[in-house]
Amino acid sequence: MNANRKGLVTFSTIDPDAALRAAVAKTRTEMIAEVTASKLKGRGGAGFPTGVKWNLAAAAKGDAKYVICNADEGEPGTFKDRVILSEVPDLVFAGMTIGGIAIGSAKGIVYLRGEYAYLRAQLEEALARRRAAGLLGPQILSKSVGFDIEIRMGSGAYVCGEETALIESLEGQRGEPRNRPPFPVDTGLGGQPTIVNNVETFACVAAIFAKGAAWFASIGTEKSTGPKLFSVSGDCANPGVYEFPMGITVAELLREVGGEDAKAVQIGGASGRCVPASEFARTISYEDISTGGSVMVFGPQRDMLAVAKNFMEFFVEESCGQCTPCREGNAKLLEGIEMLEEGRCSARYLDELLTLGEVMQNASKCGLGQSSPNAFLSIVSHFQDELMGRTHGPAR
Amino acid sequence: MSDQEKANTQTSRAPISQRGHLVKMPTNGTAIGALVTISIDGLEVKVPLGTTILEAAKQIGVKIPTLCYHEDLCIAGVCRICVVEVEGQRTLQAACAYPITSPLKIRTHTRKVRQARRRILDLLLSKHYGECYSCFRNGNCELQSLAADLGVDFFRFGHPDKPTSETDNSSYSVQRDMNKCILCRRCVRTCIDLQEVGVLEAVHRGDKTRISTFMDKPLAEVVCINCGQCINRCPTAALGAADPTDDVWRDIINPAKHVVIQTAPAPRAAIGECFGLAPGTPLTFEMNSALRAIGFDKVFDTNFTADLTIIEEGTELILRLHKALVEKQPVALPQFTSCSPGWVKYIEHFYPEMLPHMSSAKSPQQMFGSVIKTYYAKLHNLDPADIVTVALMPCSAKKFECNRPEMASSGYKDVDYGLVTRELAQMFKEAGIELPKMPKSDFDDPFGTATGSGVIFGATGGVMEAALRTVIELVSGLKVENLYDHANILPVRGFDGVRYVELTIPKVGPVPDLLKTNKHLPFDSWDWLAGATLKIAVAHGTANAKKVLEDIKAGGKLSECHFIEFMACPGGCLGGGGMPIPTSPAIRAARAKAIYAEDAAYEVRKSHENPAVIRLYNEFLTDGPNGHTAHHLLHTTYTPRGKYIA
Repeated sequence: MNANRKGLVTFSTIDPDAALRAAVAKTRTEMIAEVTASKLKGRGGAGFPTGVKWNLAAAAKGDAKYVICNADEGEPGTFKDRVILSEVPDLVFAGMTIGGIAIGSAKGIVYLRGEYAYLRAQLEEALARRRAAGLLGPQILSKSVGFDIEIRMGSGAYVCGEETALIESLEGQRGEPRNRPPFPVDTGLGGQPTIVNNVETFACVAAIFAKGAAWFASIGTEKSTGPKLFSVSGDCANPGVYEFPMGITVAELLREVGGEDAKAVQIGGASGRCVPASEFARTISYEDISTGGSVMVFGPQRDMLAVAKNFMEFFVEESCGQCTPCREGNAKLLEGIEMLEEGRCSARYLDELLTLGEVMQNASKCGLGQSSPNAFLSIVSHFQDELMGRTHGPAR
Repeated sequence: MSDQEKANTQTSRAPISQRGHLVKMPTNGTAIGALVTISIDGLEVKVPLGTTILEAAKQIGVKIPTLCYHEDLCIAGVCRICVVEVEGQRTLQAACAYPITSPLKIRTHTRKVRQARRRILDLLLSKHYGECYSCFRNGNCELQSLAADLGVDFFRFGHPDKPTSETDNSSYSVQRDMNKCILCRRCVRTCIDLQEVGVLEAVHRGDKTRISTFMDKPLAEVVCINCGQCINRCPTAALGAADPTDDVWRDIINPAKHVVIQTAPAPRAAIGECFGLAPGTPLTFEMNSALRAIGFDKVFDTNFTADLTIIEEGTELILRLHKALVEKQPVALPQFTSCSPGWVKYIEHFYPEMLPHMSSAKSPQQMFGSVIKTYYAKLHNLDPADIVTVALMPCSAKKFECNRPEMASSGYKDVDYGLVTRELAQMFKEAGIELPKMPKSDFDDPFGTATGSGVIFGATGGVMEAALRTVIELVSGLKVENLYDHANILPVRGFDGVRYVELTIPKVGPVPDLLKTNKHLPFDSWDWLAGATLKIAVAHGTANAKKVLEDIKAGGKLSECHFIEFMACPGGCLGGGGMPIPTSPAIRAARAKAIYAEDAAYEVRKSHENPAVIRLYNEFLTDGPNGHTAHHLLHTTYTPRGKYIA
């Protein structure tokens, strides 16, 4: 599936090599200042300011430093990184190289989702081309800085998209999130300072250096700058990957994709939240509804309990099993949904489950457990009437 | 493998971010490192940067409940029971895993915190088969106490009413009941990180996660060394020792059986803990009376064979040294001690190529078994077939050891049952014996006289100290007291993981008569040892043993050693897998203190001066230390097992 719409960054004609040339003309401090000025925030969904992250890693002491591109794109309904990697990989590699030079790292790693193994050959070719052109290697653009990129494969665990689990996986351990703090910027891969950024974040970095931080910051809203890729799927006329400025309303987006009659939209994938039609005027941005890119449209005929069940089945399967709230909590929520299906769930027990969901959000060790109840909680709060009072089996 | 991965896998397998917390932070408030003032529940405390919230709270007496946290282990932060509110943080933070790096305001029992803790506990209870009445950890279970502390009065998310998996009883030493497991992973961290054995690991994901062995094999068929350190650190009854008390009771009440018990030094310093006494309260002589009260025919002191071990192992060392230094023959040096059965199985699995370094001397437990069923049987005109030997040990691996097929040189099973401290305490309780209130009585003859050297076998470094006291005196003819104050050889004591000591033999004396009884002794003077420097080392915990072995293989400093003491358990026997639960560095230090105090109280403190040992050589082992009879009864062989077992 290719992009449905050419955009400002990813599917424009930005020259990644020009971006890299512009970057190496600056000092490391200036490079980080440029990223900070663009107000770019992490495109994986968490929205941590990229400039701040890089600055911390640049300041941290270490024998080596690492730049990791999180290409483990595993959030259900997200497929924009795949499009970036298949169409404009040089944008990502240029962004990683800029990051490496900025924080003082000589080594980048692309952690590629296991299911994207078919992309590996063409990505390796792109890397080889860049080495031949002096854009990667011991002397980038004939300067005295070196940086190279290695591709490492994920093995299909959703949790390895969490940056510390990803690092554990790279180190050859069971993919389980670490305690934070310490954060990867000072204690990352092999205990060394490490930045982990999303594929799209690195593409944005290249765009920032090609066209300037001011240009980037002029797009979107005050707090959410730049354009954003959306992977749109579900009950709409034109599913696919779209690039819109940050701050677009849900209604506008639905109009663009032909999904105006939606009953609800799940924004942010399984770990995101369910937005009912009454809230379609809200904006997609870090200050309102944040997303790594997944937008799932649910038409009027959809059974929201089935939607919730689908998400919970996913989390029961994908919880790493390390911490109690996530390991046991997700299974209890799924069990509750099955009780709702059969009309066996009392209002009192449903309340218990809602409290349990909050506890999971508050007390889980990593982002997976903290966000896994989101879908269930938002669906129950918006569609309680639809969920309660079933007498025999799932509604059709 | 790239550089950063090598750095991470060299020894420990704990994630680097979690190993950082093992670095001991100064606690006196003025030590090096910047200080930061935080407030916990409104109380201010100044702590060095990097202190965890849990450690800071302890300093001011604020109790935060924990489950997966253990003082001896790297941080996991997985149970989430210790969550607290940190002002400005959206989510709750695990107190055990949160290093303080800025002035924080922390609340430990807000509504949000209590709500989370109760539900986390409810979730754990929904999977824990808690049949408390019939559980051996009843009354000493961290999950049970936590449920009491948090006021659990119903099972919010249900409770299993029957077990769903089989208990693994395959091992002679360690049993696993996964119905009780709450996935705190202390056993995993014990095995992988503390001991660096790596038998246990989490498998599968989500709510299907469980702790398992390689390919789900029974424990008896994997490289488990039986150290039982996992048992000591399990908060519930998911791990326990194979319990022989029913068999012991059966033989005690059988009038046809002559049931004798030998008691090792470490249990005496700890059994009081099972009766509510502080760690390090010795009950040696109360225990003797209690053992007779529950029906043992004779109560012997394992220290007797500890002394015997010193003579045998020491003679073996001298013979090896002579071979190397005088005969210039190839011989495996350093010699390794062989009293710790966990260590024995460790080297058999992980370093089988280094087995020639092992002393062939049996452990004191096994020496005693064969002496009882031969010498003692003859002395008292008993049929060895009617003698039952029980060994009270601090050690789960002793259970495996006494079941080794080669341990039958008396013609019978040398030791019938390995009983651990916890199990004996249970027997006393069942018999209504209040141990601390029992009258004191001594051990039975003919093995009653022991020495302080035997006692200190219970602590790491003890075997080495005992060996040195004897070797120094036998070789130099000098009194150890003249070289070391009160014969306390302090450099080998303590809890440092690996300790290295050099001792120069000041002068040589005449070869003592005891050694000369061995007609094959290849020398008649010590001249060849004059001015020699003895290099020795001590290691406890198999992670430290691994460091030593790797250093020897790499030709490092320790490869020049002559003699090295290895104990499988951290702290030595006093930290054994059969000792009372819980364990911690402070508890082990208290037990060690009791052991060294008992040593200091003995009149005879050197193995070679033990009159019962001398009598045994005179009457029974007449061809002397390492002679033919001694070799047959007191020495053993090893099995190169390797890591890959069918």
